[in-house]
Amino acid sequence: MTDLTLTPVQTRQSHIGKAVLRWSLYILLGVFALFYLMPLFVMVTTSLKSLEEIRTGDLVALPREVTFEAWRTAWSSACTGIQCEGVRPFFWNSVLIAIPAVTLSTLLGAMNGYVIAQWRFRGANLIFSLMLFGCFIPFQVVLLPMARLLGMMGIAGTIPGLIFVHVIYGLGFTTLFFRNYYVSIPAELTKAAKVDGAGFFRIFWSIFLPLSLPIIVVTVIWQFTQIWNDFLFGVSFSQAGTQPVTVALNNIVNSTTGVKEYNVDMAAAIIAALPTLLVYVVAGKYFIRGLTAGSVKG
Amino acid sequence: MSPILEISNLYKNYGSTEILKDINVSINAGDFLVLVGPSGCGKSTLLNCIAGLEPITSGTLNIGGQDMTNVSPKDRDIAMVFQSYALYPTMSVAKNITFGMKVRGVDPATQERKLQQVAQQLQIEPLLKRRPGQLSGGQRQRVAMGRALVRDPKLFLFDEPLSNLDAKLRVEMRTEIKSLHQNLGASMVYVTHDQIEAMTLATKIVVMKGGVIQQVGSPAEIYNRPANLFVADFMGSPAMNLIPAKTRSNGDGTHIEIARRDGSQIVLKDRRNRDLPEDVIIGVRPEDIADPARASSSAGQEADCLIDVIEPAGADTYAVMQLGGKHVTARLHAETTATPGATQRLSFDLGKVSYFAPDTGLRLN
Ligand SMILES: Nc1ncnc2c1ncn2[C@@H]1O[C@H](COP(=O)(O)OP(=O)(O)OP(=O)(O)O)[C@@H](O)[C@H]1O
Ligand SMILES: [Mg+2]
Repeated sequence: MTDLTLTPVQTRQSHIGKAVLRWSLYILLGVFALFYLMPLFVMVTTSLKSLEEIRTGDLVALPREVTFEAWRTAWSSACTGIQCEGVRPFFWNSVLIAIPAVTLSTLLGAMNGYVIAQWRFRGANLIFSLMLFGCFIPFQVVLLPMARLLGMMGIAGTIPGLIFVHVIYGLGFTTLFFRNYYVSIPAELTKAAKVDGAGFFRIFWSIFLPLSLPIIVVTVIWQFTQIWNDFLFGVSFSQAGTQPVTVALNNIVNSTTGVKEYNVDMAAAIIAALPTLLVYVVAGKYFIRGLTAGSVKG
Repeated sequence: MSPILEISNLYKNYGSTEILKDINVSINAGDFLVLVGPSGCGKSTLLNCIAGLEPITSGTLNIGGQDMTNVSPKDRDIAMVFQSYALYPTMSVAKNITFGMKVRGVDPATQERKLQQVAQQLQIEPLLKRRPGQLSGGQRQRVAMGRALVRDPKLFLFDEPLSNLDAKLRVEMRTEIKSLHQNLGASMVYVTHDQIEAMTLATKIVVMKGGVIQQVGSPAEIYNRPANLFVADFMGSPAMNLIPAKTRSNGDGTHIEIARRDGSQIVLKDRRNRDLPEDVIIGVRPEDIADPARASSSAGQEADCLIDVIEPAGADTYAVMQLGGKHVTARLHAETTATPGATQRLSFDLGKVSYFAPDTGLRLN
């Protein structure tokens, strides 16, 4: 209505107004992006400088001379306490912990979600509420009982022990994700499969898992980030030789004697963060889609 | 021959609410049983009980002479078509149809042969490679039928398979299902809330309301001799006219007095001697109130009525008037001379009249 009555001058003014608004928005967003990218920028540039340059130069300046020496040191010869093998062995520990723990917790979460959403047995809601409650128990609370339990099971200080802890702790979240995804799938689908003769596992494998790609991606990203970045469980339930990369990073930063090798610290930190970054870049698109998607159109 | 499906004294509760009460139904091989009733009356629940997807609370349920109370759905030798079709979204049409056979370990050659046979029968050959998401509603419906047909079961169960289709397609598919039934000679249980679907398809109809069976019978019985006011009102379109009236018996039959709006009375005579209370509700189908010229039999008794509304419907014209304080519909010629606001002479045929008790709603004759 109002548009029709505007004179040409007014329309032009409103066009200009819109453009100004738009560009201020872009500038604001750009500033925020720069602000958040700043630490990463400093980390990357610092890791590429020599110690000499760090001492004499400016924190935010680009390196005068690019050297990968610090990366090499961080990867294979930096000292974590008495041992000087870099983060490499710990990086592999983390891989050995994260991959099985993510796989298992995702699969079990999918199964739990499927049972709770589609097989509505007596008490299903109660069990689901309890699992949800489990999501919100702080890490610190479970430390001592868990240490005791791992000891009794004979897997204290081992990589399987850490996998176990992460699977248990992750189940609440993974179950929540899958349950919420599966409740939106019509119950008639399960009924049709039952009439077709399929059993519990068959329906899960042939019908529900193939439907679940978006939510699997969400869960995997979530779990991988949690487990890879975990420090508390890593430091509490490991021993020399089974520590994850986060613990090693802490040790590198804390155990330097004499001069602080900032470039090595930075390189080690980036190495430790790289896998989670990679997962986001590769699967981030699905992450957004999976969080918003839910219903399945037949 | 023992009935293919026999349900006796079946009760079904969800928690403490009774959903189905004392259901007794049995059908023979080759029967087409239609469960009809308003939304929420428990039709789907009963079908799920037959399929074994819901446990029954008490009573017995036999299929093919065997007790099925504790038999799981896959061992009941049934196939089911769901209201939402419930096609497996990630599988192609072909996989959807063969899934059941695959699960049961049927060899691939047989699967392929049966798939082709059913695809041909339902004319879905060009669709076999598509996903359900890439099909129209009617095509999905066919695929869902295909999934059931390929199994060749003892009993087919259909839960409102046509309710998501547009009116034209629904009529086409209705005919197709009917011819399918005739060609296969299969036994079917079919749920619908559409009474026309029920009339056209069924060899036997069960009318339900609030989890209770109101009447079981052939379409003709249900149409001509409804057991109570609910069935009379529910089956038939336009609905049966249910007119409050007074009766008087004398030697040669029953006089029925119906009040016009102006206080005068139409007196009709039912020649048969009936033992009726004074106050009744009489049920007359619209087609039994016609123009005198059209009324074929000599049984018609003529009376003048004031027409309120005329509703042309193509083949017929419906005239609405007020009798006994109710709207009453008459089915007239398409070219009738009746006009709204004018008096029209109509012929009442009481050959198939029903009498109901006003208090209980039950049929009296
Ligand atoms: N899982 C359930 N728990 C409790 N009550 C239920 C459950 N499923 C159905 N009901 C109730 O049972 C009654 C019958 O439901 P049902 O689905 O059998 O109706 P219907 O006759 O198939 O209706 P429609 O024509 O709408 O499909 C309804 O009142 C419904 O609320
Ligand atoms: Mg239903």
